[in-house]
Formats: sequence, C-alpha cells, structure tokens
Amino acid sequence: MSDKMATRQAYGEALIELGKEREDIIVLDADLSKSTMTVGFSKEFSDRFFNMGIAEQNLMGTAAGLAASGKTVFASSFAMFAAGRAFEIVRNAVCYPSLNVKICATHAGVTVGEDGASHQAIEDIALMRALPNMIIINPSDPVSAKKAIFKAAEYKGPVYVRLGRVKVPFIYKDDLEFEIGKGICLKEGNQAAVIATGIMVHEAVKAAEILEAENIRIRVIDMHTIKPVDEKIIIKAAKETGAVITAEEHNIMGGLGSAVAEVVVKHHPVKMKMIGIQDTFGESGKPDELMKKYNITSEDIVKAVKEIIK
Amino acid sequence: MVVNYKNLESTASNIRHGILKSVHAAGSGHPGGSLSAVEILTVLYFYKMNIDPQNPQKPDRDRFVLSKGHGAPVLYSTLAERGYFEKEKLVTLRKIGSMLQGHPDMKRVPGVEMSTGSLAQGFSASIGMALAGKLDKSSRRIYTLLGDGELQEGLIWEAAMSGAHYKLDNLTAVLDFNGLQIDGPNEKVMNINPVNEKWKSFGWHVIEIDGHSFKQIIQAFDEAETVKNRPTIIIAKTIKGKGVSYMENNPDWHGKAPDNEQAKEALLELGGEANV
Repeated sequence: MSDKMATRQAYGEALIELGKEREDIIVLDADLSKSTMTVGFSKEFSDRFFNMGIAEQNLMGTAAGLAASGKTVFASSFAMFAAGRAFEIVRNAVCYPSLNVKICATHAGVTVGEDGASHQAIEDIALMRALPNMIIINPSDPVSAKKAIFKAAEYKGPVYVRLGRVKVPFIYKDDLEFEIGKGICLKEGNQAAVIATGIMVHEAVKAAEILEAENIRIRVIDMHTIKPVDEKIIIKAAKETGAVITAEEHNIMGGLGSAVAEVVVKHHPVKMKMIGIQDTFGESGKPDELMKKYNITSEDIVKAVKEIIK
Repeated sequence: MVVNYKNLESTASNIRHGILKSVHAAGSGHPGGSLSAVEILTVLYFYKMNIDPQNPQKPDRDRFVLSKGHGAPVLYSTLAERGYFEKEKLVTLRKIGSMLQGHPDMKRVPGVEMSTGSLAQGFSASIGMALAGKLDKSSRRIYTLLGDGELQEGLIWEAAMSGAHYKLDNLTAVLDFNGLQIDGPNEKVMNINPVNEKWKSFGWHVIEIDGHSFKQIIQAFDEAETVKNRPTIIIAKTIKGKGVSYMENNPDWHGKAPDNEQAKEALLELGGEANV
C-alpha cells in the first residue's frame, strides 16, 4: 500500500467491488470518467455504465429515472458541476422524491489547484445542506472514503459524497468502523476541540501533534458526515472543552462551520472559530500553495487554537 | 384490438369535467394545457398502457411521465377516472394536506411515476426509465408528455441527444403542441420551430398528428412500437383549452381558474351536470 491515495481513487475501487456484489448498481458519468475514476467500473461492467456526455443536468435527471425504476445509481462529475450546474435537478428530481441516487462529486475545494476558481467548488456543501432528504459525506482519507461509498450504497435515498483530486495520507486502517452520521474522535483533549472534515482532518491531527509538544491538548474530531451532523459528539466537545474550532476546505458560510455552529448555539454556546475559505473565490496554483494562501493548513489551526484558549 | 371510440369519447368528457371541477375548486391551476392533452392521456390510460390501478407498482408496467408537470389536473383526473383513487379527491387539488399537489408528487399519488413541475426534468427522468427497461430486458414502454414551451429548456435537448444515443426505442414522447405559453404564442416568446426537423436531426422518429383525433393518436402510438433503435416523438397539434369555448386558444387560461359562473358555463358546454 502506498502512503497516499486520492479519495476519488478509493471511490473507483469501491465501485468495482460493489459492481461485483450487486446487479442493481448503475454508474453514470459526464465525460470525466478518467478523472472521477468511474472508468474502472465502466470497463468491468460496460452494460451498467452510461456516459451521459457533457450534460450534467441530464446526468441527474437520468439518474433519477433509473432510481425510480429500482436501480441504485452512482452519478459522478466534478463537484462544481454535480452540485452547482445540476443543482435544481438534484433538488427537484432527486431530493424531492427522495430517490436512490448517490452523487459522488470529485475535485471539490481549492485543492483542484491549477484549473483555478471556475473549477474549485467551495460552496457545494452549502448547496447540498440546504436540500431536505440529502445526506452529505466528506471523507478524510482513502479508507473512510471507501467505507463511505459502501454505506451510501446500503442507504436508501439521496447521498452526496464529496471527494478530492489530490492524494491524501491514510488516517485509518481497514478495521475502521464507519457509520453515516457518527463523527470519529481521533484525539482526546480538553483544552479545545477541532472539528474537521475532508482533507482538513489530516491538518487537524498535525496541528494536535504540534500543540502536544507545547503541552496543549486538543480534541480532534473527524466529522465525515456533515448532514445529518453528529450533534452528540459536538455537544460533548463543547461542554468538555469550552472552545470549538471547525476546519473545512469550503466557504465558511453554509458548510461544516455553520452546521456545527447551529448545534453549539442551540445546545451549549461556547467560543468558536471557523477555519475555511473566507468567502472568496480561489485561483490557480499548486494545492499546497493554495492551502497556505487561503489559510487552511495545520499552522492556521494551531494559531486558532492558541487564540481561542488565550 | 377493436377500438370503442364512443367509450373513449365519453371517458375524455369525464376527464374534462374532472379538470374543470378540480381547478375551479382549487381557485388556481392550469386548465388550458390540461384540456389540450385529454385525448392523449385517454388513449394512454384507457387503451394503450399495460397498467393496473389496483396494483400501481406492478412490475413491468408501462410508465407515463408528465414532464409538463403543470398539467397535473389532466393527470389527476385521468388517474381518478381509471380508478387509481376516488374522484371525490379531485376537489382537494392544491389544498393543504391533499395528496394532489399543484404539481405531481410521486410519493403521494398512486399512479404518478415521477415528481415533475420543473420543466424538462420529467423528460430527462424518462430517459433513465427507458435505460432501466433495457437493462431489465423488459417489454415495458415509457411514455412522456412534453409541452411546447418546455422545448425552450436546454435540458430537453441534452435528454433528446441521449435518447437517440442509447437507441431508446422503448421510449415515446408526445409533444402537446398547442402553440401557447404563459406570455403568449411560442413564436413571440421564443420560437421553437422547426420542431419536426429539430427532433429528426436529433435522431428521433417523428410522427405528426392531430392531438384530438383518437384514431390518429392510436395509430401513432402503434407505429411508435414498431420503430427500432431510436425513440419516437409524436408531435400532436392541439388546442389549448380544448372543449371550453372561451378558453380555447387563449393564453390567459394557461394558469388561472374559472369563477363560479365560468365553471358552470364550461361544464354545461362539456355536457352533463353543471353543479359546482
């Protein structure tokens, strides 16, 4: 096993396993199968793969029709187009009738990199969160991504899975128990809690290690499911640490930060900070350069923790 | 099969009554584009489709998708006439707590195969249903009704392209071509012509008919079943508001309900009782 793998790669592998197990699994793509990694499934199960061409609206409408006919449908494109361009079809044709469509959107966030702002979805979570019936999963590593895909396939109804382009380190081992809607506490600590999602989970763990060297112990939670968000783990963290920091590769508006804040405000108000894209569009650059520029690195988390516990 | 045209005619008349009564009771809704599609739905539900109102989820049933979802009154009235639910429910149209939403909701109404209302989405979903039929090696057929204004949606053409690409000969679309949309005639709002040539160039088999002639509608559906390797669209020339003289060809009746007097007049014109 290499030490890094993109979550989209894990998605592609999971699809092939699912395809072998279940006849009802259908995969649709919109001319990006080599990037979304549905290409493996398309080769192995060519009769159950449909390329819909560069037409994301019809990708979602067709997925809805297949699901209405009893199929479990995985529909893939880049997050920008799956959640953005096809938004209203996802709302009215998939979520409103609660059809069994799994929108697996890759290339989310600014770490798309060189393609620039036009392709960097920083609002997809916000869009999908506002839809009744939608489940949102944003896995942090290849192992949890694969498990998320299997759980999504088991679940009856619409699911949005947010996947990344870049290779990310492994956080989990294969024995990970993954439940939709159940956050994972990766590090115990009571001085502050960092609730992170997606690629920011690894940054949060790094931050915790840096802080540990300075005798600051923080809790790190992988909030892989953003909707329904794990209220219990959030309330517990707020009560036991008194300071909550969220970290996401997404606009701070409408994403994980908002979801956590909604729970904190309602149940146990404490100080909060939100690490994320500060309501601005991205730009071209290398993923690590962009993370630095938009202040979404482990160092930014360390800084936020120090400020909040002051 | 011997066609009993008399029965079809009286069924169509009953469906028109149901449309008028439900829209009048609701105080809003879309009578014009419902009345124009009555004969088309009558043929589908009382002659053509393999369906069972007692078992709406029957496997391998034919599917009908009302892509022009604002035509909900004609679909509801047809389903009630066919026995999917009691006709008494029709007057609950658009009322709080009713299963008869302003636009069709597949989760609430037995017999509604797809939730529609946002134009072109039903057509796109019918592509998925036709693909599923092929995957299942099923003989079931998918029918979908489009509005003419609906052709202005880009998604229609994405879906049209995919229907031809995947050779969906189990799919028959019908265009309810009444020529009028909310803001006026299609040509004035946004010209959709030449319709026939557009669909032909997208790889569809095209049949043009009078959408109020039972004979022509039946022939067209029968012909569509014989076409191989491509989907069919039946371009049905219709009259918006058909059957109610003051509504016919008048775009004002796209989305408005008749008052008591108007409803009485309409029901009398359609024959039968005029109790509103």
